[in-house]
Amino acid sequence: MRKFKEFIIERLIFACGIASIFFVILIFLFLLKEGLAVFKTIIPFNFLFGKNWYPISEPPQLGILPLILGSLLVTLGAAIISIPIGVACAIYIAEIAPLKLKEILKAGIELLAAIPSVVLGFIGMVTLLPWVKNIFNLPTGLTALSGSIMLAFMAMPTMVSIAEDALYSVPKTYKEGAFALGATHWQTIWRVLLPAASSGILAAVMLGIGRVIGETMAVMMITGNAAVIPHSILAPVRTLTATIAAEMGEAVVGSEHYFALFAIGIVLFIISFVINVTADLCLHKRQ
Amino acid sequence: MLKKSLVIIVSCLFFNSTFAADKNSIQIKGSDTMVNLGQAWAEKYMEENRQEFMAVTGGGSGTGLSSLISGTCDIAMSSRNIKEKEILLAKQKGINPYETKVALDGLAVVVNPKNPVSKLTVEQLAGIFTGRVTNWKEVGGNDQKIVILSREVNSGTHVYFKEHVLRKGNPNGKEEFAPSALLLPSSQAIADEVANNPSAIGYYGMGYISAKQKPVAVAKDEKSDYVAPAIENVLNGKYPISRPLFLYTNGLPQGLVKKFIDFCLSKQGQEIVLKTDFVPIK
Repeated sequence: MRKFKEFIIERLIFACGIASIFFVILIFLFLLKEGLAVFKTIIPFNFLFGKNWYPISEPPQLGILPLILGSLLVTLGAAIISIPIGVACAIYIAEIAPLKLKEILKAGIELLAAIPSVVLGFIGMVTLLPWVKNIFNLPTGLTALSGSIMLAFMAMPTMVSIAEDALYSVPKTYKEGAFALGATHWQTIWRVLLPAASSGILAAVMLGIGRVIGETMAVMMITGNAAVIPHSILAPVRTLTATIAAEMGEAVVGSEHYFALFAIGIVLFIISFVINVTADLCLHKRQ
Repeated sequence: MLKKSLVIIVSCLFFNSTFAADKNSIQIKGSDTMVNLGQAWAEKYMEENRQEFMAVTGGGSGTGLSSLISGTCDIAMSSRNIKEKEILLAKQKGINPYETKVALDGLAVVVNPKNPVSKLTVEQLAGIFTGRVTNWKEVGGNDQKIVILSREVNSGTHVYFKEHVLRKGNPNGKEEFAPSALLLPSSQAIADEVANNPSAIGYYGMGYISAKQKPVAVAKDEKSDYVAPAIENVLNGKYPISRPLFLYTNGLPQGLVKKFIDFCLSKQGQEIVLKTDFVPIK
């Protein structure tokens, strides 16, 4: 009887473990089934590198180059802002902060992760947009830069907690060795700890970026959503995610527009898959 | 104890869904322009019929119509006519969209109160929104770049504006919104941006006009009078950009759906239309 119970529990846990992979495969197959249908009417090259996105015209123009560049620009901006701050924050928490402060900081960063993106988007709309508009003397504050700043806040929690973990798990002996050789605290951090934890920090950065590129609500609210190829970070952009979110409601099921949105989903899936695999490779290299 | 409460919660979930299938409630979905109106109707209606429930949600005319087609709502609110494609699709799924006109709406074109421009022709509007006119000085304003604000493509307002202003009602027209137009997710977002931005121009239903935006008087062509977006001007047909608002149902309205639509068309219902800044049809 007892053995039987064990057996059942083991099987159940096995099923749970398999389920997540199973669901990912199902989602991917569904995306492929719906998304590839768009290529009956438009060749992949024109879809990926077309410069015009007018999905509800007759005939629709479905070129997603402006959307891809929009997503990349916002992500790049967010990475430039969040990586230095995030890594520095992780170093401070892992190495320098006194114990009490460390606990407070960690809790604060976890709290930052708990803010829903629509709230961040709303705060950005009310506070950040006028600020960006006035400082850079722009016709409007709805720009890629506004999106990048807001998304940097969203990437930071992931980045800081994983990077801090990586720094913390560098063997104590490295640090002691460096001190014994007469290195200062800063020299130890810069020359010993950071290189030793570099693959973990890289993984942290990758996962943070993965979060940014998939983010929808905040970017939809503050980047302006104009489907033009952006010439500067101070111009409005339309991202892949915002396009799906804004248009899925309207798309007539079974139309080219509908399939095109799923094809955008495939593009996003591939991008985040690549980012996640890179992050994973970095983590494994460390071990 | 924990198990027991879990059972209760789960059974509640199931029972809820059976209640929803029960026909003393209806789902109304669609046009963001009409959400306030629909909400006002539903509230008044429920006050008088306490046993019946109306759930009103927005999302855009297209969203409403596609829910009607997929059978997830009973009434779709729409600020544009249903498209051929949608009718075909509905027929395939055994749904028969039936149109009831319930109100009129004037589309206001708004600018920031600091902007000296206060009147434009439809031709000038088409020029601005298609990107041919890029500076305010070309239409009599300051030397400032024009920031075009539009609704997202799931909005009936977006489609109506494109067909009747950009293409001037020509069904074979090829004009599109300028690619540099900022597409904002709601009428309120446009109202906020116009209120803060002296070089912005946007459009939305008359109901959203407040003191922070300045509605522009519009003329059909250069020879016509410039007309302000106001209820009396929509009623007498002088204001050039006004449109009908519809409720779509599956077949002729019946039962509860019919009762609700009759209420919308009643004297009381049409008074609510006027109160929410739309134009009654009766």
